[in-house]
This record gives sequence, structure tokens and C-alpha cells, in this order.
Amino acid sequence: MSTLSLTSAFSLLLKRDLVLAYRRRSELINPMLFFVLVTAMFPLGIGNDPKLIEAVGPGVVWVAALLASLLSLDSMFRSDFEDGSLEQFMLSAHPVSILVLAKILAHWLVTGLPLFIVAPLLAVLLNIPASAIPTLMLTLILGTPVLSLIGSVGVALTVGLRRGGVILSLLVLPLYVPVLIFGTDAVKTAIIGIPTTAQISILGAMLVGSLVLAPMATAASLRISLS
Amino acid sequence: MATFEAKSLACIRDDRMLFEGLDFTINPGQALVLEGRNGSGKTSLLRILCGIRLPEAGDLLWQGEDIFQLGPEFHEHIAYLGHKDGSKLDLTPLENLRIAKGLGKARQDIDLEEALEQVGLYGFEDVPTRNLSAGQQRRLAIARLLVTDAKLWILDEPFTSLDRKGIEHMERLFEGHLNNGGMAAMTTHHRIGFKDEIELVRINLSER
Repeated sequence: MSTLSLTSAFSLLLKRDLVLAYRRRSELINPMLFFVLVTAMFPLGIGNDPKLIEAVGPGVVWVAALLASLLSLDSMFRSDFEDGSLEQFMLSAHPVSILVLAKILAHWLVTGLPLFIVAPLLAVLLNIPASAIPTLMLTLILGTPVLSLIGSVGVALTVGLRRGGVILSLLVLPLYVPVLIFGTDAVKTAIIGIPTTAQISILGAMLVGSLVLAPMATAASLRISLS
Repeated sequence: MATFEAKSLACIRDDRMLFEGLDFTINPGQALVLEGRNGSGKTSLLRILCGIRLPEAGDLLWQGEDIFQLGPEFHEHIAYLGHKDGSKLDLTPLENLRIAKGLGKARQDIDLEEALEQVGLYGFEDVPTRNLSAGQQRRLAIARLLVTDAKLWILDEPFTSLDRKGIEHMERLFEGHLNNGGMAAMTTHHRIGFKDEIELVRINLSER
């Protein structure tokens, strides 16, 4: 099978998932709404001490992003599993891991990218200084794809189970912890004004590592779920 | 010559032996017809033939090579129609077919509208698949077989929800595929009305 038809299959599938997401717009808003609401609730609960809000701000943004991503994960393969499309992907003439990567990318564009876009607003709300906002954005753009990639393996393993939700959280959340630690730490360091190269590099390494390994693991997990 | 060969296949489900020591060969122009009671393992066998499910024992050879080793290279030769149609209800029939064509090895001598016309869905190209009747959705799933270059069609109850005329029409389509040197493996509760010259390999899973 030529590379040309492989790239066209990739873009075809990416487009398909984006069109499907657009036709079910209401579901699309869900993770972003969750992200905004959770973050907006924190200052109300903590009180109006600016120092305190500034101290917890980076952590709140990141934990909310993590939970929003977890919330949206199940939709990645669920409907394809239920209507039989997933079987057709597994029987495609193209490597399944590439097709899976297209689905993960579409999922991230729909659920991860909006978080990145609204993050600056929430940063202002949480009293994160303007000097640290670029770092927050950078950690989110590097970190949220990692969440989608790692999450895809978990979803692929649990998609065949009737009540996979709890197992999915237990499976995926521990693997999210490193992203959370380095993401929050980078923002906190940036607030103090110290260079964040180390944390950003590690997040970048996580992204590259999961980009290479997660699609293969997901393809293998889907094979197990379907057989 | 392209042949598909099964050697002493066995399948166990929930600690029950569904079948074992199953051998058969499908040559170009031949159709394997699986019969048997409900729960006798017809669907499981078809899923094994596609490579979705692993057999407990035995080998499956496509032109002499193991299908699990061929992977995608084997998949470009097959088209699978399962219990579920595998169409997205939020997409139109045309969009669904375009994806099916892109996923497989695209057939060059037929365009998507032509395939829809052949299954009697002319005029429904841009209607959301959700609005089609169950029979029409099944027809769309059958149209998917036509847009790729697959030699071996694996069909699990292809005639579900089709009307009598639709069934006859699809039988002619399947005959056309077999006459062109294609192969098929199928289950059906319907008595197949293929013309006599089509060679059928019948296997009854509950009388073995």
C-alpha cells in the first residue's frame, strides 16, 4: 500500500471525526464548559485572598484540564465500537496505529485545543501573573496531547466493557500524574521568574514518547477488546 | 491463484467447544455457506476468518501465507459485513462510502454514486444515514463491498431487513462478484437462490 493512500486515509479519517464532532456540537462543548466551571468555582470556594488564589492557580488549571480530558475520553472509540465502525478500521488495508493516530488527533483538536484557547482567561481569573501565562499555554499545548494519547490506550482497553468508566479512571489517572506535576511546576516556577526549560523539555519528551508509543499500544488494545 | 484455506480450526467460547478440526478451501468463484443452529459458532467463525478473532487452534492461509502474519496485506483482499452495518448515522451514505473506499484498497472502475445506484440507493446520497430505513442502511453496508478491490467477501447475515426483491437483487450482485473470480464466505437463514453454476461449499456447524 503506497504512502500516498496512507496519508489520504489519515486525512480522510481526521476529517470524518471532525465532521462527526461538528454534527454533535452539544457534546463538543461539554469538556470545555466543565473546565471553565471548575476553575471558576475555586476562587468562590477559597475566598478572596489573592495570594492564596495565586498559589493554587496553576494546580487548579491543570487538575481541571486533567479531569476535563478524562471526562471526554470515553467518546473517543465508544460510538465507533457500538456501530461496528471500529471493526472496519481493524480490517483496513492500512496500519491500524496510523488510523488510531488520526482519531486521537481529531479528539485532541475537539477536546484539548479548546482548553488551551480558554486557558489565558482562566489564568487571569486565578490571578496568575501575565508573565507566567505564556508558560501555562506552552505546558498545556505540550501536555494536553499527552493526556489524549495516554488516555487512548485506556479507552481502547475498556471500550468492550459495559461499565468501563471506573476502570478507565483508575487505569489512566496514575499515568496522568507526571504530566500534572511537571505542568504545574513549570507554571509555578515561571511565576517566581525562574527559567522553566527543564520542565518544558520533560513535557516535550513525554509528548514525543507517547506520540510514538501510544498509537501502537492503542491499536493492540483495540485488537484485544474486539476479539 | 488466490485461495483461502483453513486448517483444523477450533473455537472455544465460554468454555464450550463450538467446533474443532474444521478444514475447508475457498477457490476463486466459490462461496462458503455456513449453516447451523443459533449459537453454533457461525459468527465466531466468520470473525476468525477476518482475523478479528483468534482461533483456539489451526491455521488460516491466504495464498499459502498465514493471515495473522500478513496483517493489513491480507485485509486489503477482504471486505467484512458484520451484524452491525459499520456506517455512521450522522454521515450521509456518500460520506460513509468515501471512508470505506479510503480504508480499503480503492477500486478504480466504479465511483461512489454508481455503487449507491447498484444497491438501489440512488437519490439518497445526501440524506443523513440516520433517516434511512433499516433495509436501506443494510443496502448501504452492502454498497461498501463494491467500492474496494476486495477478493473475499465475508458476509454475516447479509440479507437482514432486506425485502424480497432486495434479497434477489443482492444475490445477483454476489453472483457477479463470484463470476469475476471473487470469493465469499457467508451465513444466512435465507435459502440462497444463486444460479446453479456457482459452486457452493456448504458446512453445517451443528451437524459435525
